Amino acid sequence: MPYRVVHYINQFFGQVGGEDKADTKPFVKEGVIGPGMAFKGALGKDATIVATVVCGDGYFNENMDTAEQELLSMIKSYSPDILIAGPAFNAGRYGVACGAICAAVGGKLGIPVVTGMYPENPGADMYKKNCYIVKTSNSAAGMRKAVPLMAKLALKLLNGEPVASPDEDQYIARGIRKNVFKEELGAKRAVDMLIAKLGDKEFTTEYPMPAFDRVTPNPPIKDMSKAKIALVTSGGIVPKGNPDKIESSSASKYGRYSLAGVDDLTADSHETAHGGYDPVYANEDPNRVLPVDVMRDLEKEGVIGELYDHYYATVGNGTSVANAKKYAQSIAKDLIADGVQAVILTST
Amino acid sequence: MVKEIERAGLPIVHVCTIVPISLTVGANRIVPAVAIPHPLGNPELSKKDEKALRRRLVLKALKALQTPVDDQTVFE
Repeated sequence: MPYRVVHYINQFFGQVGGEDKADTKPFVKEGVIGPGMAFKGALGKDATIVATVVCGDGYFNENMDTAEQELLSMIKSYSPDILIAGPAFNAGRYGVACGAICAAVGGKLGIPVVTGMYPENPGADMYKKNCYIVKTSNSAAGMRKAVPLMAKLALKLLNGEPVASPDEDQYIARGIRKNVFKEELGAKRAVDMLIAKLGDKEFTTEYPMPAFDRVTPNPPIKDMSKAKIALVTSGGIVPKGNPDKIESSSASKYGRYSLAGVDDLTADSHETAHGGYDPVYANEDPNRVLPVDVMRDLEKEGVIGELYDHYYATVGNGTSVANAKKYAQSIAKDLIADGVQAVILTST
Repeated sequence: MVKEIERAGLPIVHVCTIVPISLTVGANRIVPAVAIPHPLGNPELSKKDEKALRRRLVLKALKALQTPVDDQTVFE
């Protein structure tokens, strides 16, 4: 009897629609949809995708508790032996949804779960402890490589075979400690490693240090009525026409735009360049992402001292962590040089 | 981006929809926003009510900037 698999995908891979359908409520269909076909082939005769559950990325992330409940009962009704989610590649909301549904199903239904993501996907850091996340590339062009890896790991879990190290089975390290026996004493291994390091030779650490990157919060503003506040956004609000041609995904730059004499953002003056959310509402009224109208009111009323006369924008959709860091470092330098005292950063 | 600006020495508040992401990445002052396609808006409301909603969110953000925090704090 082949193992029963349920496959979780989003509205795009579920062939419902793009960003405009990100609010799709959960539904289920028997058999495969979209990438499920590829999984069907990779799983072979040992496992069958009995049903595919689909949920909009926006709906899931904006209603995490209810979406989880709805999806859990749909998934449960098919008595699966395993849940496969995604792969989500670098799509942030999709990654969070895949991780969350895997964690919920693994925890509440007690069955194995497998998903796939690009290591920088925010869902990866959030859920790597709860489930096996196979490492994928950062776009759907990597589907052909991702599917067989995920299927292989899924079959291992179904057959109760031991899962190998993250490197061997190509998943994101979960931070779980497993006791193993080694031939040589720890002391000898440590000294060997030190000698290699001193001699500039190659060595492999047995325990990579996790990157604890936390920043100490800065002290608060004492007198807001005298403060110069700047607006920054990752929501991609740019002057109409996107003069700097900031990309809708994987932005290679940020923009610095004047707010001199601007009291309001309108459908004629500004637009969104961000390709990762339904742009309709932001294009109708860009204040919905960059609240210039309210900031100007508050400035006139003396609630804030001054709205900085420029704002900074980039597109946060799939932008690499390294680039985001670079842009922000450069932006911060400008702001400090111009006497800005605090920042409101808006994200979609 | 929020962390880098904070690291440079400016107090910063993140007004964002997906709070778990902001928490995981490490923002210190967070204000939950309305929805992904309109974090500081709501197209179902009248223009007047929508602006009032936006004003409340911005005031919350300004309050966060005036509040001392030791650790990550979500200002609901």
